[in-house]
Amino acid sequence: MDYLYFPGCTLYTKAKNLDQTARDCSHLLGFELKEISNWTCCGATFPLATDNIMALLPPSRILARARQEGAILTTLCAICFNVIKRTNRLIQNDGEKREKINNFIEMNYQGDLRVLHYLEILKQEIGFSKIKERVKKPLAGLKAGAYYGCMLLRPFDEMGFDDKERPTLFEEFLEAMGAEPVDFPYKIECCGSFQSVGSPEVATECSYKILGSAIKNGAEVVVSTCPMCTFNIDHKQSDIKEKYLGFKPIPVLYFTQLLGMAMGLDYQTLGFGQNFVDPLPLLKEKGFI
Amino acid sequence: MKIELTRHKVHNEFAKKVELISGQNLFACYQCGNCTAGCPVAFAMEVGPHEVIRYTLLGLEEEAVGVNTFWLCASCLQCTSRCPKGIDIARVMDALRSVVLRKKDRKDHIQIPKFPEGFLERLPQIAFVSGFRKFLS
Repeated sequence: MDYLYFPGCTLYTKAKNLDQTARDCSHLLGFELKEISNWTCCGATFPLATDNIMALLPPSRILARARQEGAILTTLCAICFNVIKRTNRLIQNDGEKREKINNFIEMNYQGDLRVLHYLEILKQEIGFSKIKERVKKPLAGLKAGAYYGCMLLRPFDEMGFDDKERPTLFEEFLEAMGAEPVDFPYKIECCGSFQSVGSPEVATECSYKILGSAIKNGAEVVVSTCPMCTFNIDHKQSDIKEKYLGFKPIPVLYFTQLLGMAMGLDYQTLGFGQNFVDPLPLLKEKGFI
Repeated sequence: MKIELTRHKVHNEFAKKVELISGQNLFACYQCGNCTAGCPVAFAMEVGPHEVIRYTLLGLEEEAVGVNTFWLCASCLQCTSRCPKGIDIARVMDALRSVVLRKKDRKDHIQIPKFPEGFLERLPQIAFVSGFRKFLS
């Protein structure tokens, strides 16, 4: 089966490694990501001011166009997922706003797409047991901290991804690949998100707390789903090191990079060159590559 | 901090405006402080989110929009998720941002020309798209 796929603004550039590995993995698992035609940026924030209809238009247009091509839309980036899923729900439930939006974008969309994150496709549509069967090189002994961040989980009643305080879906996924998930209290805390534009030092501090918590609980690698989180907790480790001299960098990988590796893809196709903290020494030490 | 309350201040339109933009009932807030306790960026805030709500309820517009609290909010929705009264506090923070950015003599929170060289190039697109949406009018 094919799933409609919305890449989003960062997946063709700074998060190419997330995009490419997800496409390769889906191929191995027997489904294709069918990129929707004519997509735009989703706006990267769901508008919280209730009268900001303008910010709802880009995600609405994406949804309306996608509906003409299929019934299930998937994304990889957690922020895109949040914006698109919340907009979809709003179009479903708020008749007045739906009419306003449809009038403006000159389309007729009723909110009848199913929006699923790639991880949800893996769990609900493919099944973690099937992933387990497909694993060629189990990630045995890899202590991995699953970092959910905010946007996959909150608001709980709209996202319905997993438990809002103690989610386990990501850990189950890591277990299916043979890795050893590490639970750490900061796994649902915010990385500072767009504060890396407004107050970069605040985002650095948030990322330091998250990584510190993962390291303290024994993680050797942190696994992420989102290009925004990955920038803050991976690329900003240079800023963390400047501030906290004793800080020892920890590799941050996209979940699809680990999946590709476990399913036997050549590590040179997994885009590790785009990861800020080089994961290769650790992966070699563990005997995965 | 000394705050003078007057009948005029408490009955002004400010709280109503914030309620209208956020769609939230601010008067449900009983100041438990759960939002501030769980806020990942509270350490850098001049006052916690619950205090800004209190300012707003008392009609103290200058105090409410004069603090850095809502500019530092990353819309992670932890407060929203944990508020025992069901107030979507992240929406309140965005409403306060909107109040400032929609003023006639508005002042953007960030000045793009003042960014250090290479600052934007380093960021992923998603960061400045969302950042500009939150910080510019």
